Amino acid sequence: MDVFLKIAAAGVLIMMLFFLWPTFKAWQENGPKAEKGDWQAAILPLAAVVGLVIVLIMLVR
Amino acid sequence: MANPNPFLSKQQAAPATRVGSVLETNKVLKNTYLLLAATLGFSAFTAMISMALAMPSWVYMVSVIGAMLLGIFVLPRAAQSAKGVGVIFLITGLLGFGLGSILSMYLALPNGPSIVATAFGGTAVIFLGLSGYALTSKRDFSFLGGFLFAGMMVAVVAMVANIFLNMPALALALSAAIILLMSGFILFDTSRIKSGAETNYIMATYGIYIAIFNIFISLLQILGIMGDD
Repeated sequence: MDVFLKIAAAGVLIMMLFFLWPTFKAWQENGPKAEKGDWQAAILPLAAVVGLVIVLIMLVR
Repeated sequence: MANPNPFLSKQQAAPATRVGSVLETNKVLKNTYLLLAATLGFSAFTAMISMALAMPSWVYMVSVIGAMLLGIFVLPRAAQSAKGVGVIFLITGLLGFGLGSILSMYLALPNGPSIVATAFGGTAVIFLGLSGYALTSKRDFSFLGGFLFAGMMVAVVAMVANIFLNMPALALALSAAIILLMSGFILFDTSRIKSGAETNYIMATYGIYIAIFNIFISLLQILGIMGDD
């Protein structure tokens, strides 16, 4: 049962890769490009998420 | 994951008038958050049923596989009609049912209730914080699309490898990467609703729900491992 489930999960994930590919390609070729300051505005909240996860880890230890 | 072909959706969503587009955007935003609240509540309900029935942990994998198949093959078509609401409840109900079996496992650990509560609180803070930031920011986070989809492809390949390798260090690294990717998807999806690029509230709800679900599961895994259990 376990091996069968693992193979099924891997199969579905590989299928997902095939479905993601056209979307990935479209975004790479035609997606909007970042303007000045865009990356900074995105990295700031993501850094806050990293900080929060570290605090949560310290809380459960 | 977000809309299976978000770029096309963005192209189709060129607003006709500014007033019309603002009203339409507010409607999509309101409907998305209402449906998100309902689906999260329904997931909690099915998770409680699963816990009451003491489902074994393999139920989680079966539920995720079923939900992924529905998300890939059924939802994109059904989302164009009212049927989509039923399909999204089916997907989120299934995911909640699977989650219940994992929660039972964590709650049986010595500090399990604290880990589950911390992961729940952490997920809520991350979602509310990032959504609030994306809604109030003047920036358009659509530029993250290429980076996020590339990251997702790498993460999926690593997930497939770890199904068979079973490496705890890789699982931990993957959980951390998924939290960052899904946080990026919350910024991206919310920004696309705000800018009017996403006009289908069912697909918008699905994208945000999957991000929240993945953040919760990954936080549970990180806190479970780092909490020495």
